[in-house]
Amino acid sequence: MTRQQVLDLYFLDARHQLVELAAFLDRVQRAGGRDDFRLKAFHVALGELASGKQNKAKRVLLAFSDPTTKPVAKAEAKGACGAARPRPVVAQRRRRTPPATS
Amino acid sequence: MKYIEPHAHMVSRVTDDYERMALAGCVAVCEPAFWAGFDRSSPAGFHDYFSQLSEHEPKRAAKFGLQHFCWLGLNSKEAEDVKLAEEVLALIPEFLDRPNVLGIGEIGLNKNSRNELRVFEMQVELAARHHQLILVHTPHLEDKRKGTRLILEVLQNDRRIRPERVIIDHVEEHTVELVLAAGMWAGMTLYPETKCTPARAVDMLENHGQERLWLNSACDWGVSDPLAVPKTAREMKRRGHSAATIEKVVFQNPGQFLRQSPHFKL
Repeated sequence: MTRQQVLDLYFLDARHQLVELAAFLDRVQRAGGRDDFRLKAFHVALGELASGKQNKAKRVLLAFSDPTTKPVAKAEAKGACGAARPRPVVAQRRRRTPPATS
Repeated sequence: MKYIEPHAHMVSRVTDDYERMALAGCVAVCEPAFWAGFDRSSPAGFHDYFSQLSEHEPKRAAKFGLQHFCWLGLNSKEAEDVKLAEEVLALIPEFLDRPNVLGIGEIGLNKNSRNELRVFEMQVELAARHHQLILVHTPHLEDKRKGTRLILEVLQNDRRIRPERVIIDHVEEHTVELVLAAGMWAGMTLYPETKCTPARAVDMLENHGQERLWLNSACDWGVSDPLAVPKTAREMKRRGHSAATIEKVVFQNPGQFLRQSPHFKL
């Protein structure tokens, strides 16, 4: 398809989805309380939309993905929440702290 | 247009869905064993379920002119209990010779835990021992990329597993390349809210070609659409894809993979 054909076929739907996204962010901003890791990941993903890079869908999905590589000790729940939870602070400290002796 | 629905959980659907699928051109439906929405309390519950998939459901489908096939396995959501898993897996061999059983599936990971991985390895072993095809479920949302990598690692480390006999399902833009590069088949699941929309599925087909890719609805007891495959075929048509290309994706490709099982005969 030409770019014109893609715009003719998908522009209105994409515009609709973008307005929905904007309204969601307004709703979050209006609401009291704290942010959490999901909103943080959301803003990282939004940054990908405005970038001039290719493969935006893949980049958005990666922004929400768990970057770790090892299996977790136990499945504590069955569902997924859509964004990777931050790693435990203790584990992060362990990784950052150099060995006490060598 | 005729098509194959290679992944649908028909035990969760009403007979109207069978009728609508048949009217839309579906000739065969393949049903992987999955999570019922709650944990079963004993291996006997799985035995009944495997009997339902291999005895009762084919009869229900046949009333609407559809052939019904199934995959047997323990889904990853119930794989945290390794003892239960061992007991359930011990039941499976007695079903493998039934005429509509295609292989081991859907197996895989859900939260990428150690026990899930252990049970996945046990099921890969079962498939290898019995020369079965494998259908793999990949985790949801934030867990998908990591889980897909762990799954591929297990499969690639087992020299008995031939990649062309494995379908890795529920791929999205951040996992499809990993799967295809491993020489395996990739399934794109069309869900209204998560996984993949028809437009994104067609994007992936345009970006990665039409080899070793199939489309499925994975319709079940949740928000899902048993007509998602023909709707995606319509999306391909809207973009100007030829009838031959559409038939390749929705009929020939799944047939090519599934015919590797001697039980898949249309």
